[in-house]
Amino acid sequence: MHIPDGYLGPSTCGFLYLIMLPIWTAASRIVKKTLDSRQVPLLAIGAAFSFVIMMFNVPIPGGTTGHAVGGVLVAILLGPWAACIAITVALVIQSLLFGDGGITAIGANCFNMAFVLPFAGYYIYKAISYKAPIDSRRRVVAAGIAGYIALNISAGITGFMFGIQPMLYKTANGAALYCPYGLNVALPAMLGEHLLLFGWVEAIVTALVIKYLQKHALELLAEGRKIQ
Amino acid sequence: MKIISKLWLFIGVLIILSPLGLLLPEHFKAGSAWGEWGTGQMQELLGYIPKGLGKLSNLWSAPIPDYAFKGWEDKPLSSLSLAYISSAVIGVLICVVVVFILGKFLKK
Repeated sequence: MHIPDGYLGPSTCGFLYLIMLPIWTAASRIVKKTLDSRQVPLLAIGAAFSFVIMMFNVPIPGGTTGHAVGGVLVAILLGPWAACIAITVALVIQSLLFGDGGITAIGANCFNMAFVLPFAGYYIYKAISYKAPIDSRRRVVAAGIAGYIALNISAGITGFMFGIQPMLYKTANGAALYCPYGLNVALPAMLGEHLLLFGWVEAIVTALVIKYLQKHALELLAEGRKIQ
Repeated sequence: MKIISKLWLFIGVLIILSPLGLLLPEHFKAGSAWGEWGTGQMQELLGYIPKGLGKLSNLWSAPIPDYAFKGWEDKPLSSLSLAYISSAVIGVLICVVVVFILGKFLKK
């Protein structure tokens, strides 16, 4: 889901940077209000977890690969705004140091994976686990469903960004300038593979860790302990 | 053990297991992620490289491209796995340092 340099045109990239600026500003303002210095290690673990879980490329045999983002878990544990910061840190390092995701697409990739994904996941989790006891099975199921749906929403939007490029930019004779695949190809491709496989990876990772924390560190799941 | 230490241990285990993310796709003959093809692959898929894409794709030259050391492209999978683990260690360390620096500014 890491859009490389060259797949999105300049105005798309610029637009998404512009959208992310106020989101990053709000995230730092909100986290600043609530972040206790004892919670900084947890935020660091969140960024590290997201970084390393994205290295686990899962293959569709003979086809493409994909991976979980871990962002829904980070959002459940730290709240969506802190998750936004943690995942942004991971994505920027992946882009600058490892060429995973383009530098022109940092705005786009952060919008998909550091904004849409943790927020969608967090609120789906909240809705399904509404009033459920902190150690209940419903919370594990809610975490899994939130992971699955949020990763797919994020993949869908990524597919949409790819897919509108041929409409936005073409040469005089109609050839594509950036991503050459339109919505009819990009959307089903991105959504299909995530619905089929990668969404389940996010679901399983999220649900298993929540289940583990219910047994071993219930306090991390309690409301009010959150950074936000 | 405190839960924070357990979580760090968990990250450590993930780092050690990370080459699975390299070896499994190799084993199942899976290519790159959708929409993350290099220009070479693009040429194969499409028969041409979109002009803007070709221009922008080399904009940034990452120091450890694709979690492998430069010039290691043709090394055996065992070396690539080692590079992958090293990348995971480096990436995690930098994540931690950056968050702790941000934490200095962000804590109330």
